[in-house]
Amino acid sequence: MWRGCERPAASDVSDRSDSPLERSAIAMSEEKQSKSGSRLERKLAAGGFAVTAELGPPKSADADLIRNKAALLKDWVDAVNITDNQTAIVRVSSIGTGKLVHDMGLEPIIQVTCRDRNRLAIQADLLGAYLMGIRNVLCLTGDHQVFGNHPTARYVFDLDSVQLIAMVRDMRDRKVFACGDEIRNSKKAGIKEPRLFIGGAANPFGDPFEFRATRLEKKVRAGADFVQTQCIYDMERFDRWMKEVRARGLHRKCAILAGVTPLKSVGMARYMRDQVAGVTVPDCYVQRMAEASDPKAEGIAICVEQIRRLRAIEGVAGVHIMAIEWEEKVPEIVERAGLGTGG
Amino acid sequence: MIVAEQKPIAEIAGYLDGHKRVLVLGCGTCVTVCLAGGERETAQIASVLRLSGNGREILENTIERQCDAEFFDAVADQAAGCDAILSLACGAGAQMVARVFPEKPVYPALNTKFMGTNDGAGEWSENCLACGDCKLGVFGGICPVTRCSKSLANGPCGGSADGRCEVDPQNIECGWQLIHDRLKALGKLDALSEIAAPRDWSKTHSGGPRRLSREDVAGL
Repeated sequence: MWRGCERPAASDVSDRSDSPLERSAIAMSEEKQSKSGSRLERKLAAGGFAVTAELGPPKSADADLIRNKAALLKDWVDAVNITDNQTAIVRVSSIGTGKLVHDMGLEPIIQVTCRDRNRLAIQADLLGAYLMGIRNVLCLTGDHQVFGNHPTARYVFDLDSVQLIAMVRDMRDRKVFACGDEIRNSKKAGIKEPRLFIGGAANPFGDPFEFRATRLEKKVRAGADFVQTQCIYDMERFDRWMKEVRARGLHRKCAILAGVTPLKSVGMARYMRDQVAGVTVPDCYVQRMAEASDPKAEGIAICVEQIRRLRAIEGVAGVHIMAIEWEEKVPEIVERAGLGTGG
Repeated sequence: MIVAEQKPIAEIAGYLDGHKRVLVLGCGTCVTVCLAGGERETAQIASVLRLSGNGREILENTIERQCDAEFFDAVADQAAGCDAILSLACGAGAQMVARVFPEKPVYPALNTKFMGTNDGAGEWSENCLACGDCKLGVFGGICPVTRCSKSLANGPCGGSADGRCEVDPQNIECGWQLIHDRLKALGKLDALSEIAAPRDWSKTHSGGPRRLSREDVAGL
């Protein structure tokens, strides 16, 4: 079992005290014991099978859309990824969206990519995110801008994702900025560091395959507390990758959340198979989608099957459901996969 | 070498609007080798401009290197008699023309593309971004800063498939696949387990335009 904390924390503080003051004191002491005060961290540390989902912010200043999506997911997942200009298309910022979601009681995992911001901007944004109550960050390289709606933009890539993970870890554990300065406002002021639960991405399907576990190991050594994988369809290849992950003991140092994306149509299955680098879709799934009388229902059924299989794999600590513009299906998937977290 | 390509003739002609006597000036070094701005290309552009008429007088010449002030004596008289200079050098050469002839308008005939290699007839590719802190020794002689579309330092992103980069699979190889394969062949794959620290970008243009001063050769 993965152990990210000094000690396993109680799953629900409110079970142990009726007094708001006492509850708050317990919460504070637990926050000190854990790395971040993240509920996702607590769940994983206690050995629970975590469920995360994805919430893509809108391409307009539309708070209702964010709140509607969050309401769909709120009671069904432990935390939700908020994407950061995904596929290089401008959207509401991950931190702004994360604040709205957090205020509704749904725990956000803020994605941060290296494409749009340098080390100054990222550190400043993480300080701000922490102050607004955000406790999870997912450190990503970022899709290249040629795929998005501003292909003539200049990229940044001051850091890569491994270096970003190490920077956030150093901010939390060594209490220093990337330049080495302590995180304090002046020599006399106290150190006030942002304490974030740090995630990364892992792609078992990208090339070169034999380097993929090494790359995960680098992320773990840099400080990743959890990783979410690229969406998995090719179970055989994922199995092989997990064997390598277990052989290196990485699953004991870092929670591996297996990524799944329900297929909506045979067209989507073919697109994922043929067009998306780093994703492989076995022909058996394409065939099932092609032959199904109700492809959407078949896509959900396949996803539920996958989650059940993934859950049985040693070292898989949770599942990350990326229902792309199909958030309303997440509760059904969670329920049918037997992962209901309370409903 | 520095690799460049000619601008569209319409853009060049646009610059020369209103000028009566123009010196078309080629460069005998990199852009000669990459067939963009040498003697032959200078003659071609001069001919096209003459054919376009407008009563404009076109002079032409090619010097050994436009990036070095000492080679301009040979064209000083021609330049003095012109009201504009069209440079077929790289951006560095064209700027030197402007410095040597401060009173003359200078226009570029080329787009400077990159520092790279010749990969066969009519093929060139970018290999060096002049980052000022060469790590080729660590990465098996293949530069991640240049050959990876995102200049990643710790291995390939998820966009590497079948040895190609998702940014443009037809034209771009995954630099990290190349690094991986080469280090494997050299028996040095362990080097990729090390976490590469954030780069010091101040050694690049991020630190401002760079200069190099060497006392040891200053008196030569």
